Amino acid sequence: MRINTVLKKQKNDVDYQGHPQGDVFFNTAYLRLKSGLVLQGRAPEWQRGISQGEVVFTTGMTGYVETLTDPSYTGQIIVFTYPLVGNYGVPDPRYWESKKIHAAGAVFSHISTIWSHAQGQHSLEEWLKKQHVPFLTHVDTRTLTLHVRKQGCTPGIIDCEGGETHISFDSQDNNPVSQVSVPKKQTAGKGTKKIIAVDCGMKEGIMTELLSFDTTVMRVPHDYDYTRDEYHGIFISNGPGDPQMAQSTITILKKALKQKKPIFGICLGSQLLALAAGAKTYKLPYGHRGHNQPCKNMLDGTCVMTSQNHGYAVDEKTLPKAWRVTYRNLNDMTVEGVAHATRPFFSVQFHPEGRPGPVDSRSLFDDFYSLL
Amino acid sequence: MEKSKPQKVLLLGSGGLRIGQAGEFDYSGSQALKALREEGIATVLVNPNIATVQTDDGMADVVYLQPLECERVTEIIAKEQPDGILLGFGGQTALNLGLVLHERGVLKTYNVEVLGTSVETIKLSEDRELFKKALQDIDVHTPRSVSAVTLEQALDASKQIGFPLMLRAGYSLGGLGSGVISSERELRTRVEEVLTISPQVLLEEYLKGWKEIEYEVVRDCAGNSMTVCNMENMDPMGIHTGESIVVAPSQTLNNEEFHRLREIALRIARKTQVVGECNVQFALHPRTGDYRVIEMNARLSRSSALASKATGYPLAFVAAKLALGKTLDSLHNSITGVTSAFFEPALDYIVVKIPRWDMQKMKTADHTIGTEMKSVGEVMAIGRTFPEALQKGVRMLTIGVAGLTQTKYSFVSLEDEIAHATDHRLFALYEYFKRGGSVARAHQLSNIDRWFLEHIADIARVEEQITHGPKTAHALRMAKEYGFADSVIASVWKTSEMAIRSKRKRYCIIPAIHQIDTLAGEFPAKTNYLYCTYHGIAHDIQTSQKKPIVVLGSGPYSIGSSVEFDWCAVNTVRQLRKSGERAVMINSNPETVSTDYDESDRLYFEELNFERVMDILEFEQPKGVVVSVGGQVAQSLSLPLQRQGVMLYGTSAHSIDMAEDREKFSSLLARLGIDQPRWTRIRNIDSALLWADDIGYPVLVRPSYVLSGAAMTVARTPEDLHQAVEYALRVSPDHPIVLTEFILGAKELEIDGVGDHGEVILEAMAEHIENAGVHSGDATIVLPPQRLYMETIRRTKEIARSLCAALSITGPFNIQFIARNNEIKVIECNIRASRSFPFVSKVTGKNFITIAVDTMLGKHSDVHHDTLDLSHVGVKAPLFSYSRLKGADPVANVEMASTGEVACIGDTALDAYFLSWHALEQRVKTRTLVVSVGSDEAKSKLAKTLAVLEQQGWEIHATDGTHTYLTRNGVGCFFVYKMSEVLQPNIQNLIEQKKVGLIINIPTGSGNNTQTDGYLLRRLATDHHVPLITNLQIARLFLKCVIELHGKPLPLRSWQEYMKKFPISNF
Repeated sequence: MRINTVLKKQKNDVDYQGHPQGDVFFNTAYLRLKSGLVLQGRAPEWQRGISQGEVVFTTGMTGYVETLTDPSYTGQIIVFTYPLVGNYGVPDPRYWESKKIHAAGAVFSHISTIWSHAQGQHSLEEWLKKQHVPFLTHVDTRTLTLHVRKQGCTPGIIDCEGGETHISFDSQDNNPVSQVSVPKKQTAGKGTKKIIAVDCGMKEGIMTELLSFDTTVMRVPHDYDYTRDEYHGIFISNGPGDPQMAQSTITILKKALKQKKPIFGICLGSQLLALAAGAKTYKLPYGHRGHNQPCKNMLDGTCVMTSQNHGYAVDEKTLPKAWRVTYRNLNDMTVEGVAHATRPFFSVQFHPEGRPGPVDSRSLFDDFYSLL
Repeated sequence: MEKSKPQKVLLLGSGGLRIGQAGEFDYSGSQALKALREEGIATVLVNPNIATVQTDDGMADVVYLQPLECERVTEIIAKEQPDGILLGFGGQTALNLGLVLHERGVLKTYNVEVLGTSVETIKLSEDRELFKKALQDIDVHTPRSVSAVTLEQALDASKQIGFPLMLRAGYSLGGLGSGVISSERELRTRVEEVLTISPQVLLEEYLKGWKEIEYEVVRDCAGNSMTVCNMENMDPMGIHTGESIVVAPSQTLNNEEFHRLREIALRIARKTQVVGECNVQFALHPRTGDYRVIEMNARLSRSSALASKATGYPLAFVAAKLALGKTLDSLHNSITGVTSAFFEPALDYIVVKIPRWDMQKMKTADHTIGTEMKSVGEVMAIGRTFPEALQKGVRMLTIGVAGLTQTKYSFVSLEDEIAHATDHRLFALYEYFKRGGSVARAHQLSNIDRWFLEHIADIARVEEQITHGPKTAHALRMAKEYGFADSVIASVWKTSEMAIRSKRKRYCIIPAIHQIDTLAGEFPAKTNYLYCTYHGIAHDIQTSQKKPIVVLGSGPYSIGSSVEFDWCAVNTVRQLRKSGERAVMINSNPETVSTDYDESDRLYFEELNFERVMDILEFEQPKGVVVSVGGQVAQSLSLPLQRQGVMLYGTSAHSIDMAEDREKFSSLLARLGIDQPRWTRIRNIDSALLWADDIGYPVLVRPSYVLSGAAMTVARTPEDLHQAVEYALRVSPDHPIVLTEFILGAKELEIDGVGDHGEVILEAMAEHIENAGVHSGDATIVLPPQRLYMETIRRTKEIARSLCAALSITGPFNIQFIARNNEIKVIECNIRASRSFPFVSKVTGKNFITIAVDTMLGKHSDVHHDTLDLSHVGVKAPLFSYSRLKGADPVANVEMASTGEVACIGDTALDAYFLSWHALEQRVKTRTLVVSVGSDEAKSKLAKTLAVLEQQGWEIHATDGTHTYLTRNGVGCFFVYKMSEVLQPNIQNLIEQKKVGLIINIPTGSGNNTQTDGYLLRRLATDHHVPLITNLQIARLFLKCVIELHGKPLPLRSWQEYMKKFPISNF
C-alpha cells in the first residue's frame, strides 16, 4: 500500500522496555489492514495473539470511556484520532455506557499511563487489560486515519504474533445486534407514560434521558414483539452493524408503524425506522464518528452540533412520499434525521444524549415525551 | 435571515502594543478587514499603530493613524459618514471607546449601527453585577461575593461563602488590605482592621487552585452557536490566563465536564445575545467538579487569537461575517473548502502556549506572577504529546535555552519557587523533579494538576535515561519524541549538534510534517498549515514541485522585537507571492498576521532555530531563505544556515557577520574612515576602571550577546562602573563586556534603507527627539528630520553609501548615528529590516520591504527613490507598560523598555508629535503641572517655556531646587515637598487627590536607585496614571505643543490623503 511515506519504518525497532511512562512494558506489535497497510505499534506484555475487527476512526477529543463502552462499536477496532487518550483515567461503571467494553480493539497514538482525575479508578491501560481488550499504542494514527478515509473502513487485525503468517479476514458477524441486546424484557421507572425501548445495543445515556420524564421504560430485546403490549410510545435504540441484518426488528417495527403511536429512533434506530417505512440504507465510505458533526434542521433552518457514531445512512431517494428529511449533515449533506409528515414517527442519526459529545439536541427527548 | 448590508464600516484598532493587549489585534483587525472586503463593503480604520498589517495600503480603504479617543473618532465619523462600526476587533481599547461613543450619543447622531454584539451585551459583560444577575437568571454560577459594612454583616457573609475566603477592602487602590482568610477568628481581626481604613469590606469565594478553563464561542444572529475550542490553564486560578501555560484542548477534563462547561458557555452566549465571538472563562473545582463562571469577553481576545491559531479556524474572519448578519451554516470552512463553517474543530495534536516575559530587562521590577498580566508575548507549540510540545515551546521563547534541561536560573529554594510563581516556575519544577522531588509535593505547593506535573517529571526521567543509558538509536528516538533538541542530546552525549543530526538522519529519525486540517483528517483538506512531530511515520504533504522561498519570522513578541517585524515578514511574503514566487513562512507566535495561513503558500508553525529550520529546509528544498525580515531571531541563523550551503537571499552571511561582530565592524569603519565612539572589550573590573579613567565618564557598559540592550547601563562614576561590570559579569560570565564612550548632548539619527549590490537605492533618514543615550527603540522619532544641518544630512548619507558598498548590501539595512556639531559617528549597522521599517514605509509612501524583496530577487528596476521631499511629517512615539510592571522605574534609558509604539502623521512636526502623544492614550486632565528636575541645564532650558505656560493659566508646582530656580527666574510656582520629606503641601497628596495633570521629572543620575525621591515620584505618577515626562527634549517639545497648539484643531487627514492617494479634503 502506498502511503505518502518518506520516513522509513523501523522493522527492528527495539522494544520500548523501561519506557519512562509508568511501569507498563510494551512489545512491538502490528496493525494489519485488509487493504494491505501494515503499521507498527506497541502492545502491552499481557496481550497475545491476533484480534480482528472493522477499523474505524473517531475524532472525539474526550469520552474514550463512553466510546469504548458504547455497544454500537461491537466488532470494531476504534482508532482515536486525538493523540492522548486516557488522560483522566477510568471512572467506576456508573459512568459507563454499558457494562463492558464492546469495541474489538483500540488504536492510540499515545495511551496515557499518566492520568489524573478525582473520579478516576484506574488507568485506561489497566482497564483494557481487565476487560481483555487488545490495543495498540504508538501508532501513527494520523497516517492510519487518512488511509481509512481514502480507502473506507476496512477489516483489520491487531497482531501481537509478529509472524507474517497468512491472516484471513473473516466476514463480519451477520447481526451483531443480537449479541448486545438485552436477553429479556426489563422494566425501569414507575412513571405514567409507558415506553417500549427496543434495545439494539442501547447506551445507558439514552436510558437516563428516557427515565428523566414521568415514564416507565420497558427495555425489550431486539426481536421482541411488543405490538400487543400496552404502551404510549416506542423508542428504537442505537446499535452495531448493518441495519439490514436486523430483519426481525424491522418486521416488528413495520407492524408498529400501523399502530400510529409515537416512535422515536436514534442512530441504528433511525435506519431501522426508515427501513421499516420502506426506504433503503447504504454504507458510508468511512462513517461519521465524532462529536463535531454539524446538522441542519431542514424544517426550521437552525443548526445543531451533534455527536455521531454511524457507518450507514438512509438513502434519501428511497424514502417513501409521506416521509421527509428533517436533518442533514452540513459536511456531506447526508440524511441525519427523518420524520413522517403527518404521523408521530421521527428519528435522528445522531446522539442527542451526547455521552460522549455535545448535548445541544437533547430537547428531542422532550419532543418525544410530549408526543406520548 | 440576512440583514441589509452596511455600505461603509468603521473599524477601531487597538493602538500601541502594551502588556495585556499585543499584536493579536492586528490579526483580528486584519481578518475583519479581509472579510468586509470580500463582501464589497468600504472600510475605514482608526489605529495609530503604524507597524501593523491592518494599517497597510490595501487592507482598509481609508486609514486614520489617529488617536483612539472619543473626540477624534467623532470627527472621523462626521467626515467619513460610516453606517456601521465594529467594536470587537480592537481589544479593550476599541470596546471601551465604542461604549463612550455610544454613551455620548455619537453613534446615534451619525446613524452608525454597532455591528455584531450589541452595546447592551457589551455593557452587560463589562459590569460585574449586571453580568452576575443575568447569569443567575439562567441558573449559571458565578463566584459568591458579599459586601459588608459591619463586622456582624461580614460574619454573616462568611457563613454563606465558607472558609477560606478572600477579603478585600472596598474602594481601595492596589489591593490594599486584601488577603485570604481561613477562620472566623482571623476574619474578626482583619475585618476590624480593614474597616478602620475603608468603609466597606468585600468577602469573596476563594478559588485559588481551581482549574481554569476557557471556551471560545461563536454565535450567529439566527442563534446557531458552537465552541471553536476550549483551553486549560496549566497554572490554576490565581494566575492570570495571560501568565499561564495553556494547553488546547483541555487535557484533564472528562467528557462530562468538557460538555457541561461547553453547554454553559453556549447558554451564556444565548442569554446575552452575542453575535460574533465571545470567550467564557470558568473555574472548575478539581475534586467536586463544581464550577464558577469568572468572566466573559464579548469581543475577540488574546485567547481567541490563540484558539484560532490552535485550531486553524479563522475566528476573527468568521466573527466579522457574522457581525454582518451572515449565518454560520452559510459560510465555508476555508481549510477544507467544502465543509461548513458550522463545525467544532477536532484536533489531532496538542497545543501548548507559553507566555514570554521580559522582566530581566527591568532590574527593579517584581518577578512574581499572579492575577495581573506582565508577560509581553507568547509562543504556541504544536505536538502530538505534551512533553514534545512543551519542550518545543520552551525553545520558541528564544530566551537562550534549548529545552527544560537548560535551566539558566539559579534557585535559592525550589519549593519556594514552585509555591510562589515567578516567570521561572516551569524551570524550577523541572529542576525539582530532576533532583528527586515528588509530584505529590509539587502539586501541594503549586496546585498544578498532577497530569502536567507527571509529564514534566517524565521528561526529567528521560533525561536521566539518555544520560546514563546506552547511546542507541532507540534512546535517540525516545529523546526526540520527548522534545529534546539535538543540541541538548549532544551536550549530554558529549558530542556536537551536527553529529547528533547526522546520526538522527542515518537512523531515519526525522520529524514528520503534519497538516492542521480542523477535522482530524476526517475530510480531505487542502490546508497549507503545518507543524512537525516525531510521532509520525509519514508526511501529510509532498515537497513542492516549484521550489519555494522560505521566510523566517521573528518569534514571540518581546521588548525589542514586536509587531513591526511581523509587518516586515507579512510584506515580504506578499511581495514574494506577487512576484510569482512560492513563499513558505516559519513562525512561532500566535499573535501575528504572518501565521494566518492565507498569507503564505505554506505556513510552518514552528521553532525558529537551526535544527528545526534545517529540518524544514531539507524537506522543502527551497531556492533560498530570507533571514533579514524577522529581526535578530531570524538573522542570527544566517551564518549557521550558510555553513550548511543554504542560499540566503540578500546580503551575504559574511557581510552580516562583519556588521554584527564588534571587532570586525570596528576595523571596517576604521578602514572606511568613518568615526565611531571609542570602545573596548574587558573581562574584569580593573581593566574597566583603567579604561574609563582614560577616556572619561560616563561610559556605556554592555555585555555582549544580548538582545535589545539587556543589562546595558550607563556608568557615570567609578562606583557605577564597578557595580555595572560586576552585574554584567554575573549575567553572562562567559562573555567579555564591551565598554563604550558615552557621548553627552549628542543627537541620534537613523537611516533605514535598501541596498542593491552595495548601492543605496532607497533610504529614509529620521531623527530622534531625545538626545543620544535613550535606546533607539524607546526614542521618539521624526521623519523627515527637522533640526539637522544640510551638511549633517549630506555626510550621514555619504557614510551610509560607503557602508552599503563596503558590505555589499542587497536588501534592507539600518544604520544608527550620533551627531554633535557636525561630527558624525556610527553606532551600529544592522543588515536587516529594522523596527522602524513600517514607520518609514508609511510616512514616505514607499514600501521599503517590497522594494527590498525586489532587490533580493534581483528584480529591482534601476531607480533611486526620493524620500526627503515630503509635505508632511511623521512622528513615532514609544508606548511603555510601566503601570503593569510594579516596581519598575519608569524612565527611558539605554535599555529598551517600551512594549509598543504609535505613529501619527501631521502637517508639521508639532502636529504629528501632539497627535502621537494623544495616541499613547495619555490625557492631561487638569492644567496643573508638577516639575521636579535635577540638573541646572534642564532647569534653565525649561524656565522660559514654563513662564509662558503660567501666563496661559497653568498652575505650576515645583520641588525644592526647581522651585527656587523658577522663582528666581520669574516663573510663578507653588512649593511642594518631596515624598520623603513627609511635610505638607506634599507632592504625594497632590497626586493622590487627582489634582495633577502632568508631571515633569528629569532625573540626573543613572536612576537605578529605587530609594530616591525621583523614583518614588515616577512610580506614583505611573500608578495614578498621570502623564509623566522624564526627558528634557520631550518636555520642551510637549510644552511647546501645549502652548502653540492650545485651542487649535489638529489635522484630520487619512493616510491615503497624505499619500495623495486621493485628493485632500477641505476638512
